[in-house]
Amino acid sequence: MASERRNDKALAVTLRQRAPIPLDVNFTCNAGELLAIVGPSGGGKSTILRAIAGLVTPSSGRIECNGKTWLDTETGINLAAHHRSTGFVFQSFALFPHMSARANVEEALPVEASLKERRRIAEELLARVHLAGLEERKPSELSGGQQQRVAVARALAREPNVILLDEPFSAVDEATRKKLQSELLTLRQTLNVPILLVTHSLEEATLLADNICLVHHGKSLQSGPTQTVLNNPASSQAARLIGHRNIFGGEIVAQLPEAQKTMISWAGHRVEADYQPDFTTGSQIMWLVPQSGVILHQRVRPSKGERENPIAGEVIECLKAGDNTRIALCVSGETDPLALSVPTHVAERNSIRIGETIQVSLLAKAIHILPD
Amino acid sequence: MDWTALWISVELGLWTVLLLLPLGVFLGHFLAFHRFRGRRLLEAFLAMPLVLPPTVIGYYLLTVFGKGTWIGQGWEALTGGPLAFTFEGLIAASVIANIPFAVQPMQRAFEAIPPEVREAGMCCGMSPLRLLRRIELPLAWPGAVTAMVLSFAHTLGEFGIVLMVGGNIAGETRTISIAIYDRVQAFDDVAAGEMAAVLLVISFVSIVCVLTLADRIGQRHGK
Repeated sequence: MASERRNDKALAVTLRQRAPIPLDVNFTCNAGELLAIVGPSGGGKSTILRAIAGLVTPSSGRIECNGKTWLDTETGINLAAHHRSTGFVFQSFALFPHMSARANVEEALPVEASLKERRRIAEELLARVHLAGLEERKPSELSGGQQQRVAVARALAREPNVILLDEPFSAVDEATRKKLQSELLTLRQTLNVPILLVTHSLEEATLLADNICLVHHGKSLQSGPTQTVLNNPASSQAARLIGHRNIFGGEIVAQLPEAQKTMISWAGHRVEADYQPDFTTGSQIMWLVPQSGVILHQRVRPSKGERENPIAGEVIECLKAGDNTRIALCVSGETDPLALSVPTHVAERNSIRIGETIQVSLLAKAIHILPD
Repeated sequence: MDWTALWISVELGLWTVLLLLPLGVFLGHFLAFHRFRGRRLLEAFLAMPLVLPPTVIGYYLLTVFGKGTWIGQGWEALTGGPLAFTFEGLIAASVIANIPFAVQPMQRAFEAIPPEVREAGMCCGMSPLRLLRRIELPLAWPGAVTAMVLSFAHTLGEFGIVLMVGGNIAGETRTISIAIYDRVQAFDDVAAGEMAAVLLVISFVSIVCVLTLADRIGQRHGK
């Protein structure tokens, strides 16, 4: 669950199906919270949003929002899309091409409102997304960023019970994306409804979301506060999804509560990690060390860090990527490479080249143990 | 120049278009947005008039419209007159023969609407009817125009079905294409030539109208 306690306006979602797109997700998003659904492309993220909006019906599931049941396959409740109060921003914006920006927003306003009232509200909403003066333009006469703003204004027009954003920044250039992201951060402070953001970008999720839900092949692997999930992946699959490369198998060989250490045997090496009591001695585990926890020993001047889990390895990859150099080491007894990144000037000063053997330290406090 | 025959053709064309417009919208919409078993069979059945010789369609319709069938009897009970060899029978035959000309452009036009645009409409709270009125029909309108103009032009030029179902009754079922045939049979080349030229002009203007309207509406929709 992304949130431990559900407030009255929360969105609670449980979806399961095998085909056509496998789904196995369960999460809650409170009003005022922004939950990012993160995972690789084609992993079923958009299908989750579409199921919430009522555009597809999963074979099994339950969706509750603002105290109302939108879907319950057990009791046969399945509200049509137009009866669910959602504000959906599509990846392609999906504006009505034959209508002006103002008419696009007006279409989402309640039909009971008078024409004058609808016009006033639409213009207010467009002004709120910085589009005052462009109300009469057709979507084809607007830039990508402006179209996205119209889509946001249209999504807000219904005063929806949930806002669904499906990769809303993927179709605009980098500069516009940053601007729109800032605008979303400002806008969300005024919205007291659950907001769901589908994205494949962890960076975007980290920037915008309170909570994240990692989704892979339609299955939610882990959800929770963004920093907690990023720092403590619950499985090796979740860790890979977050972008960790240094994930290895091992065995717990000793638990030392007095010294606050957990000892791991890894490919013939003994690795010392900060105490992680959930694992018993002798259990097979996976463990990871972020690249920031792999410290290069200076070849010319040994540092203090070399005493902490010193590991030697042969450089098998050395790639300059801007100011940093990405290095991969082949460690004896391990088939997967150990990756680290150092500033390019450091790599040059230490004459790191493919074929050379170098030493690194694995910081004990950075090592995170995962169930096998 | 047989002005009565021309008027009968135009009247027949207008009735056909009037009746086919709702039918084409309904069937085109249904086929574009619904997936069901036997969809291809239904599409093939509706497309039959495109490939069947008009005389074959005419023969079947004449059989079905006859006094010995429940359709023929039902019509006679309802209106007091027969369906075969009457203007009403011609309208029914013309509507059936033009179904593919109306349904297919409508279906393609509905299919060309990006799915997210329809979905966005639903998420804006639009009921299916409002979605049709506000989004689908305005966007599929070029298809509807094409369907109607093609049906009209095709009705003006129809010969085989008209002859089979309507015969050649002056002032009742003799359309302009039958009248041309009639004049050629009577070696009246001048009248036949005049009428053929009128049909040629109407057909050409129809096609130009379709292309121009499609362009204009396309531009209006920001395509």
